[in-house]
Amino acid sequence: MSAHDYSTNEMMTVAAARRLGNGSVCFVGIGLPSKAANLARLTHAPEVVLIYESGPIGAKPSVLPLSIGDGELAETADTVVPTGEIFRYWLQGGRIDVGFLGAAQVDKYGNINTTVIGDYHQPKVRLPGAGGAPEIAGSAKEVLIILKQSHRTFVDKLAFITSVGFGEGGEHRKQLGLPGKGPVAIITDLCIMEPEAGTHEFVVTALHPGVTREQVIENTGWAIRFADEVATTEAPRVEELVALRALEARTAAAHGQAGGDE
Amino acid sequence: MAELLTLREAVERFIQNGDTVALEGFTHLIPTAAAHEIVRQNKQELTLVRMTPDLVYDLLIGAGCVKKLIFSWGGNPGVGSLHRLRDAVEKQWPQPLEIEEHSHADLANAYVAGASGLPFAVLRAYAGSDLPKVNPVIKSVTCPFTGEVLAAVPSVRPDVTVIHAQKADRKGNVLIQGILGVQKEAALAAKRCIVTVEEIVDDLNAPMNACVLPTWALTAVCLVPGGAHPSYAHGYYERDNRFYQAWDPIARDRAAFTSWIDTYIRGTADFAEFKQKLAGEAN
Repeated sequence: MSAHDYSTNEMMTVAAARRLGNGSVCFVGIGLPSKAANLARLTHAPEVVLIYESGPIGAKPSVLPLSIGDGELAETADTVVPTGEIFRYWLQGGRIDVGFLGAAQVDKYGNINTTVIGDYHQPKVRLPGAGGAPEIAGSAKEVLIILKQSHRTFVDKLAFITSVGFGEGGEHRKQLGLPGKGPVAIITDLCIMEPEAGTHEFVVTALHPGVTREQVIENTGWAIRFADEVATTEAPRVEELVALRALEARTAAAHGQAGGDE
Repeated sequence: MAELLTLREAVERFIQNGDTVALEGFTHLIPTAAAHEIVRQNKQELTLVRMTPDLVYDLLIGAGCVKKLIFSWGGNPGVGSLHRLRDAVEKQWPQPLEIEEHSHADLANAYVAGASGLPFAVLRAYAGSDLPKVNPVIKSVTCPFTGEVLAAVPSVRPDVTVIHAQKADRKGNVLIQGILGVQKEAALAAKRCIVTVEEIVDDLNAPMNACVLPTWALTAVCLVPGGAHPSYAHGYYERDNRFYQAWDPIARDRAAFTSWIDTYIRGTADFAEFKQKLAGEAN
């Protein structure tokens, strides 16, 4: 296996995992966030504390969970508490450093829709809904968002704001009185976006290797802007790919399907 | 004191048409057998409460038992959509379904408030979210001490809560282990509580501080081994991920779904027979 031989999905997961600091306390969403958070734990961040909304605190699963409450999360956790306690004491109580979220759609201010496409009462597509995300987005000290980029997922105007980022931009989030500082990065299969100072509009700050500005523009539903200095993401290192592929192989062997693909 | 009953008798006696019913269990210990029995007895006009509707409510919605759904995340975990839920919301099949939608933190707090005998729950939530615009029962309250505006939501107080647990003793005391979700709160918030269990033992041997629901706080305890399938019962069996995947094509199509419940649920006398039939198919 060569370090140059990797998929765009692997680049996305690796880039997202790198954002999670060792020792941070992370409230993990199922799917892509869970994959990236566990990759972080298995590589540079062995002391990261993973909290799942079903109740496990300090989960260290050997395979990716298919559901948010898989048994291995409980077995490997430091403690398992009731779901109400997770939200009341640990999240609302201000103990979460990073909320790690996926999304069906985001807009330029990092607001998330996981509820509905079309009119709420006459939906074109009914999505699963809020889950834990609205309060994670509100109360975690900071938020990371991971999702694949296309003009259908990065939209100019959300039909529904399930979980707030910077609202209407500018100082709107501050005015809402939310305790956490909001989304600090959106990591996609093409690039990394971060909020611009002042406007809080997400702009591209890093392109993954080989990705062009045109590709990003084509796959964004608003007039995406680029930071003054756009970095190139470091390609996945061999040890990152080895750890990710081993995690996926263990998961496929255990479940008969790969976790974290949604 | 809880009565030790068959599941059929417990559902007959304690779940009425028009009741508000919560079948709880967060991914773990989902009371599937009870949902099947509700379908067999063709209970109608139910208001169902559950954080994650999962397959159990997809089934009940598709079977036409449900008038209203109160929930916070309605997907098939690890697979995709709940097609019966979506068909009811998007196309009103088999009948219109009223939905009342919350977040997890909200519903978890609402169960805590219900168990606490309070009329509402207070939490820091929803600022900037559109959910309060489509759910009129999400309101706000101003803290009398700090002036902070917080979310206020009505407590959940079901007529009946049904949960699944690992063990009961012969008096009907129940031990739950592993991921607890909101099961204890849902049990204590309800007027009546039915618990299905994997086994009935002489002594629970519960460790100190374990989650034990005392018999006098419950209504009925029913022995239903395997009753949480396709979810799991920690220490007894694993989650049947293949069934969650197999559910997708069954639930995607109205005719396939109806034929499935006619064969496997309406066409079986109880959960034991259902399990036999399902096992026969697999061989």
